[in-house]
Amino acid sequence: MKEMYFDAVVIGGGAAGMAAAQELDQAGFSCAIIEREEQLGGILTQCIHNGFGLIEFKEELTGPEFAERVEERLQGTTIRIFTATTVMEMETTADPKLLYCYSAQWGILRLSCRLVVLAMGCRERNRGNIRIPGDRPAGVYTAGLAQRLVNIEGYVPGKDIVIIGSGDIGLIMARRMSWVGCKVHAVVEILPYPSGLTRNIVQCLNDFDIPLYLSHLTTNIIGRDRVEGVEITPIENGALMHEKAFTIPCDTVLLSVGLVPENELSKVAGVELNPMTNGPQVDSMLMTNVPGVFACGNVLHVHDLVDYVVEESRRAGASAAQWLKGRRPQHEARLKVGANVRYVAPGRVDLQADNKIYLRSLIVKNDALLEVKVNSRVVKSQKKSHIQPSEMIELHLSPKDLEAAIGAPDPLVEIAIN
Amino acid sequence: MSEELICITCPLGCHLTIERRPDNTLGVSGNRCARGVRYACEELLSPKRMVTATVRICRPFQAEAAACGETGLGSVARLPVRTSQAYPKEGVAGLLADIYRLEVTVPVKRGTVLLADYKGSGIDIIAARSLQV
Ligand SMILES: Cc1cc2nc3c(=O)[nH]c(=O)nc-3n(C[C@H](O)[C@H](O)[C@H](O)COP(=O)(O)OP(=O)(O)OC[C@H]3O[C@@H](n4cnc5c(N)ncnc54)[C@H](O)[C@@H]3O)c2cc1C
Ligand code: SF4
Repeated sequence: MKEMYFDAVVIGGGAAGMAAAQELDQAGFSCAIIEREEQLGGILTQCIHNGFGLIEFKEELTGPEFAERVEERLQGTTIRIFTATTVMEMETTADPKLLYCYSAQWGILRLSCRLVVLAMGCRERNRGNIRIPGDRPAGVYTAGLAQRLVNIEGYVPGKDIVIIGSGDIGLIMARRMSWVGCKVHAVVEILPYPSGLTRNIVQCLNDFDIPLYLSHLTTNIIGRDRVEGVEITPIENGALMHEKAFTIPCDTVLLSVGLVPENELSKVAGVELNPMTNGPQVDSMLMTNVPGVFACGNVLHVHDLVDYVVEESRRAGASAAQWLKGRRPQHEARLKVGANVRYVAPGRVDLQADNKIYLRSLIVKNDALLEVKVNSRVVKSQKKSHIQPSEMIELHLSPKDLEAAIGAPDPLVEIAIN
Repeated sequence: MSEELICITCPLGCHLTIERRPDNTLGVSGNRCARGVRYACEELLSPKRMVTATVRICRPFQAEAAACGETGLGSVARLPVRTSQAYPKEGVAGLLADIYRLEVTVPVKRGTVLLADYKGSGIDIIAARSLQV
């Protein structure tokens, strides 16, 4: 067994892990990135479409380009990168913390460190998660798996496609499958509105005349050996209209029914999760309930823009470095989810620092009002011309905004959308 | 008379309202930045799309294995490419067919031009990642 020591170890070498590691290195700490795949970049390497980097690089890039640009920033640093290495277990209560990894090169690798950054990204929900009844034929894929097969490995998984779920990965895959010569017959969404970004509806469905069935449930996947079709049932006023059910013939079904932060490892290490995000519950420094364990990127909450992932992860890396130097937040307030808000991340704000908060709404609305209350008094309100659940909302809270909370016993900051 | 469009230049997806003025110019509102105006004019007058795709890669020492499709599951078998700028929408199918005919020998560097000035459009097809042998 090979053993090594680092001040900080970052688990996951996607956009989040690379950005966090760079900050730790810049602050002078020894740092390692552990990545399960053979290369850095994470999910970005299979997202070959454009639409990345407008905020971070001020130009529009594809996923692989964005990943390479972030990776290039690591050149000249002393960050130690372990690819083809998976973290299997961690002991985070001991000092130093211990990470047990399986590595293609070293076999079992034991790393000891003072600090861990969780940056494991997320994984896709699958058929089991959404319980579609019917047979179990070949030809049912998650959209992200199909994306990897087509874009990296060069296999096209079928010819006649139906996509279940209108998440971004599904929409992006509708265009991809059309561009590689498949026929996409439908995108089926249970909700009355699409869950992906508007521009993906325009670019990936409308351009190809792919019908989007909103308020429709997939009630059956038909086929014994291979998928032969899917049965779709309309929903009206919350009830399934069985007499209006219809079948769309196809040989392949792609599921795009959401992402879940990859927190198996975190759970075992005693990290508390927020049931609304499925990611760790973090404080204003993006630290979990386990001292010295930080989290950022999709493992913390599912982001729609990698630019936000990088921004958040830099902050996590910087505050992790400050933590190693001994900084602890002195005055924090709990953040509370108010009306029409699905979640806020992080879960706490520092009353003496500038805070950046990401939140998601539960509703689609034009001319919405974002309101921040400290102990029930409105301290900040912001107009939003358009909000929807698929688009994350950014919010800044300065010490001035939060003045009212100073000195109050157990202050509570509530964020609501009206 | 006004038309509604959603700007797709960036992920913000602004909802644009376009008025065709009597003097044949377009009046655009709802955009969060100047690119929204440009998008509305283009989309109504000459629509264009960024095209991303992949091309076959040829590894000199693995030519035989690749020829029989034996690259092994999980390995990188395609190089992602993109247009240097958005390409006229009606020509996308033809462009894709020409991209799929390409074959690139690794190593290749990100940004390498694989097809220059495609059909005199001024638009190049470039490699979107670097690949080692
Ligand atoms: C299909 C799709 C389309 C998207 N489209 C856009 C878009 O158009 N524009 C945009 O800005 N954003 C887009 N995004 C979002 C953006 O790409 C992601 O939010 C971002 O890349 C996530 O970065 P991450 O580092 O948090 O996670 P990931 O990239 O998933 O990285 C996590 C890494 O951790 C590794 N890992 C996990 N567990 C372990 C372990 N135990 N040991 C070692 N390593 C481990 C994984 O192998 C992986 O490489 C898209 C995302 C997807 C999936
Ligand atoms: S108008 Fe500007 S900000 Fe709005 S979607 Fe278009 S490019 Fe993005």
